[in-house]
Amino acid sequence: MTVQVTVDGRPTKVPDGATILDVLRGQDIDTPTLCFSDNLTPVNTCRVCVVEVEGSRTLVPACSRVAEDGMVVSTATDRVRHSRRTVLEFLGSSVDLSVAPNVADWMDEYEADTNRFGPNVATVDQPVKVQDDLYIRDYAKCILCYKCVEACGVDAQNTFAIAVSGRGFEATISTEFDNRLPDSACVYCGNCIGVCPTGALMFKSEFTMRRQGTWDESAQTVTETICSFCGVGCSLELYVQNNEIVKVLSPLDHDVTSGHLCIKGRFGWEHIQG
Amino acid sequence: MDLRLLPDAPTDPERAAVDGLLGSPGSSWEGAVARTSLDDRIAHGGSEARNRRHLLLPALHTLQDAVGWISKGGLNYICQRLTVPPADAYGVATFYHLLSTEAQARAMAYVCDDIACRGRGAEELVADLEAELGPAGEGVEATWERSPCLGRCEHAPAAYFRIAGDIPARESWSPVDSESLLAWLRRETTTLSQPDSAPQVDSGVEGLRLLRRVGTVSPGSLDSYREHGGYAALGWAAERGPEHVIAEVEASRLLGRGGAAFPAGVKWRSVAESPPGARYVICNADESEPGTFKDRVLMENDPFALVEAMTIAGLAVGAEQGYLYIRGEYPYAEETIGIAIDQARAAGLLGEIDMSGGFRFDIEIRRGAGAYICGEETALFNSIEGYRGEPRQKPPFPTQSGLFGKPTLVNNVETLFNVLDIVLEGGEAFAATGTESSTGPKLFCLSGDVATPGVYEFPFGATLEDVMEAAGGVTGELAAVLVGGAAGSFVGPDRIDIPLTFEGAREAGLSIGSGVVMPFNTETDFGDITRRIAAFFRDESCGQCVPCRVGTTRQEEALARLTNEAATGTELELIDDIALAMRDASICGLGHTASGAIQSAIGLGLLS
Amino acid sequence: MYAVDPRRTASAAWADVWLGIDVGSDIALANAVGHEIIAQGLHNQAFIEGSTTDFDEYAESVERYTPEYAEQVAGIPADAIRQLAFEYATAQTAQLCWTLGITEHHTATDNVLALINLALLTGHVGRWGSGLVPIRGQNNVQGGGDMGALPNKLPGFQNVEDDELRGKFEAKWGTEVPATNGWHLSLMFEAMERGDIRALYVIGENPAQAEADVSRARRLLGDLDMLVVQDIFLTRTAGMADVVLPAAAAWAETEGTVTNSERRVQRVRKALEPPGDARDDLAILADLAGHLGHDWGYPTAEQLWDELRSLSPMHAGMSYRRLEEQRGLQWPCLDEQDPGSPFLHGRLWAKDPGDRGRLAPFSPVEWVAPADELSDEYPIRLTTGRRLDSYNTGVQSAGYSSPRRLGESLDLDPEDAARLGIGDGERVRVISRRGSVEAPARVVGGLRPGLAFMTFHFPDDVDVNTLTIDAWDPKSGTAEFKATAIRVEKV
Repeated sequence: MTVQVTVDGRPTKVPDGATILDVLRGQDIDTPTLCFSDNLTPVNTCRVCVVEVEGSRTLVPACSRVAEDGMVVSTATDRVRHSRRTVLEFLGSSVDLSVAPNVADWMDEYEADTNRFGPNVATVDQPVKVQDDLYIRDYAKCILCYKCVEACGVDAQNTFAIAVSGRGFEATISTEFDNRLPDSACVYCGNCIGVCPTGALMFKSEFTMRRQGTWDESAQTVTETICSFCGVGCSLELYVQNNEIVKVLSPLDHDVTSGHLCIKGRFGWEHIQG
Repeated sequence: MDLRLLPDAPTDPERAAVDGLLGSPGSSWEGAVARTSLDDRIAHGGSEARNRRHLLLPALHTLQDAVGWISKGGLNYICQRLTVPPADAYGVATFYHLLSTEAQARAMAYVCDDIACRGRGAEELVADLEAELGPAGEGVEATWERSPCLGRCEHAPAAYFRIAGDIPARESWSPVDSESLLAWLRRETTTLSQPDSAPQVDSGVEGLRLLRRVGTVSPGSLDSYREHGGYAALGWAAERGPEHVIAEVEASRLLGRGGAAFPAGVKWRSVAESPPGARYVICNADESEPGTFKDRVLMENDPFALVEAMTIAGLAVGAEQGYLYIRGEYPYAEETIGIAIDQARAAGLLGEIDMSGGFRFDIEIRRGAGAYICGEETALFNSIEGYRGEPRQKPPFPTQSGLFGKPTLVNNVETLFNVLDIVLEGGEAFAATGTESSTGPKLFCLSGDVATPGVYEFPFGATLEDVMEAAGGVTGELAAVLVGGAAGSFVGPDRIDIPLTFEGAREAGLSIGSGVVMPFNTETDFGDITRRIAAFFRDESCGQCVPCRVGTTRQEEALARLTNEAATGTELELIDDIALAMRDASICGLGHTASGAIQSAIGLGLLS
Repeated sequence: MYAVDPRRTASAAWADVWLGIDVGSDIALANAVGHEIIAQGLHNQAFIEGSTTDFDEYAESVERYTPEYAEQVAGIPADAIRQLAFEYATAQTAQLCWTLGITEHHTATDNVLALINLALLTGHVGRWGSGLVPIRGQNNVQGGGDMGALPNKLPGFQNVEDDELRGKFEAKWGTEVPATNGWHLSLMFEAMERGDIRALYVIGENPAQAEADVSRARRLLGDLDMLVVQDIFLTRTAGMADVVLPAAAAWAETEGTVTNSERRVQRVRKALEPPGDARDDLAILADLAGHLGHDWGYPTAEQLWDELRSLSPMHAGMSYRRLEEQRGLQWPCLDEQDPGSPFLHGRLWAKDPGDRGRLAPFSPVEWVAPADELSDEYPIRLTTGRRLDSYNTGVQSAGYSSPRRLGESLDLDPEDAARLGIGDGERVRVISRRGSVEAPARVVGGLRPGLAFMTFHFPDDVDVNTLTIDAWDPKSGTAEFKATAIRVEKV
């Protein structure tokens, strides 16, 4: 079964069930996304992927909206550009996006001016949480995309160590009663780090190297291999700099665990380092 | 699930309160103090346990009511009983204003400082409480906090207050004076002079329909309701069957009265014709739009009518379970409806209903906990299901996938009240009143600078001026009318001839929303009023989507600069840009409407 | 989901029903489930008749395993057993998954057979979503077996004692392959005890800490004339060796393949240069062959793999190119067009009886109690297992700092702890018939009186395997790590 969709004037056939984002990707139409990940249920909270759909009063999120037969989608209208730009300005004015991949490019593309709201505006600035040797949680960089909550919960780990707490601008990602992570239900699978789009959640190793000024992505190689710690056979992407592993991710499009790992696969590599 | 509980144990009162709601735990795994040898050999968990998640909010209420806050030990015990992870439950508890996860005085007063009560005694009340009890939230025995609109705008100032304990007390009262309130909070008195909440019904037209029993029927008596014609409609509906009922609702062209004005018949048919399986009826009684109190008046004064109307809806769409989701600040309405439900059930009018072959339908009341957003229907589903009251992206629409993922009919209280007459008179006769596109009667909530605030009923077609005149006219010189509440717009004195119909409002670029008509005279500080509206949306944004979470904050900041003479010259453009992004890109109606009142105030020059 | 486990673990808490079985009574439970399914007429008669053999013998063998009898043996309420039987038999699809709690017993193979019988009884095998799933504890336990690291199999599970199959390998390798089955690990230690093995070459294993009744294992290793250890670390075993060959870490410093629990063969790749003199296992073996007079050259991992594909039909379709493109393939994968096999034994459901191949036999098995009996002197049942953040003897997992790591402890039920007067964190002596260790006690939920738990992740701190028994399963050679009789004393 296929449905016919028109995107920016061009008709195209897509499989039944495809999202608008799937369609846009198929057409090589660059679409910013922050809260979307291929291995998580779309929560459509960041709204940076919104597009115009004929007949819809408001813009619709491309990541979660399923394409319907006859749908007419526009991606480059003034309304779309305005909302994307404003969302980027909202985020840029309230959150530290300095290490978020791609965001700077989108800011340029949409001509976002994150200073336009004035100098004394509310931000989510707060101290970094360093509570153990594996993770850091820097919620000054958190855009509240819910991905870590999803990865900790029903979409991957079923651990539910963290959730969104509070409400509105004060909402944060938190353990129960903001308890320390080592005292929480956290099993340190690092799947939250794996899906974090802004570097708010980071390997301690990366955090330390960035602080020391030794983190150098241009000098890193990425090699895919299989974890040695059990019979599941998770794929590892080893990020290696100067013959040392500095970070471990997992490919999202791998059948076995769709990008998710456990504590051993994610962090248990120090035994082979010097 | 990897349910890692906290080390904290509940106190005896906490345990008793939760067990009072959930029953005693079935095993030590679920929290029983004593372990049996059977517990060593078998435990039940999994999906059966997870399916009890919907009891989370009632359980949190129970703790809050019993001890005045949600402690670690108390939360932990609920988590153990319901197989909910503590972080998840904490996220839910911190979502709601009326729940506290920090130790709090047992006696608490929430004082409305919203736009109707503001300037009508709210600040004086706050000042008195602060002088007696200390700063907000800080008193040991008794304390107070500011609150958004409490739905008692006809008698400002209003307060909602409670005392936690084995037998918790919850009251809502207006107009409230600080002396009585303090006496109550200090337990020097338990009786309050009941406010006169009888609505003003002098609409200048004959034949009230929605309000006709208000003030004449005894709200606590099924017999009295029957004497006033009650349950005739259900009898008719049961006799003719669902298809007839739906056909009449369609013929009535009834539009939803909750704000969105969606054709009721379309929803009813859609749910009725959904594939076989469970489906639900929900009455949305989370009336929280600032300036709105009509549903409260209906529920407090004519509760059986709502129970009957919900039962008809259940019959029509084939639902066996209904939920009435009522805001937590309406203790009297909740109690009154609860009594009505009990009486109806005892009389065979709920549960197994012995009419024309018999059918099943029952109603459960779910109490909100201080979140305007839960009036959004999909947020309401999440709230009932025990999750944070965050709206869901639509589609799918509730009629396809609503509560618990099942087809769900959601109607507002006033909408359901109309159903009784539609059934009794027939849809076409109903549609003969009002206008072509806005059929039937409509309730308006008059407050602010009018002589006699109250709920007024008109057949659709009355103008803004008619409605204000019915309430005794504006006190002072009219500067602007807020139509539709905080989510609505200001209208200038030159346009009070606008007909308050759906189509009339639409043509004028307005929404009649929940029927709020709040005139302000020329003495009004509109900077203050609009800042309160901006603060309201910032407070009530659930925080889920970026445009609303940050947009309501940036809007408030820009408005503050604009109205505090700190303007940099960019504010007007900023407010428009923010508004457009919120309107276009937010998930739900809260973000879509969060700028309307402010932009209209600017447009009318009220802030210059 | 049912979880049958002596302890109520996190997975058990996730399950719809947890059944707290007594350690080592799995056959009694499985046979009672079989008994109940037959008694209620819930067995799949058509499947049994068309695709299996020996049902009558099985039915007879489980006759005495009433749920009430199983309750006496396994501790699980008879009604719960009946419910389990009903739900398993009537499910549309159902899997039986297990790990070492089934296999680390002296009745290991019989435990597995008892489960296989249930799958045959209900037809929950050979179909999508149904089946028997042994969950592997290492990245390449399955792959080791695939590659012939079994005493009776050549690569691709081809029998050593089958002349034709063996001949195929001999022809390819140009050498003679011993025509009889070799020894598994437990038999090797017996041979060492008899003096029949005097030299041992250990690759990537740490028996001096990992074996049951490890004191005996150490004595036997120490008595060898020659011990060669090839490992990435100087393990305790390597510390005893005459020659140590430093190896590269296979998963990150070499090229090759591993096979996971679902028979998926996947590529491992070299991301790092190994440290110091450490070398790829392949290179070490090739050099060793050279010193022994055989010039193998230095084949690449892919060349060796292609040779394997030419000898093992079930791997034939898995070229490196396909493994890379498809991120792994599940065997059997007979040719380059074969998409691989998500599940096995589908032949049993073939419409034509002629296509069903060898019918699946029921294997009647009887319950036998654990070898290390409980007594007044040793009244507590100790069972061992892993924790999430650690791995086996800790050689590879001790290197990183886990916030979850607790160190070794004796986990005790609160009632036992109270009876023994032991507080949480107090040091205790744990004594079995073979040895004793000291460890801190942890008083935890999820156990029951008379059941205790330890890991084996910290043998340098607490040598837990001095407690365990080396009674082993005669068919698989696996030792009964899971059932040790102990007593606990305050230190």
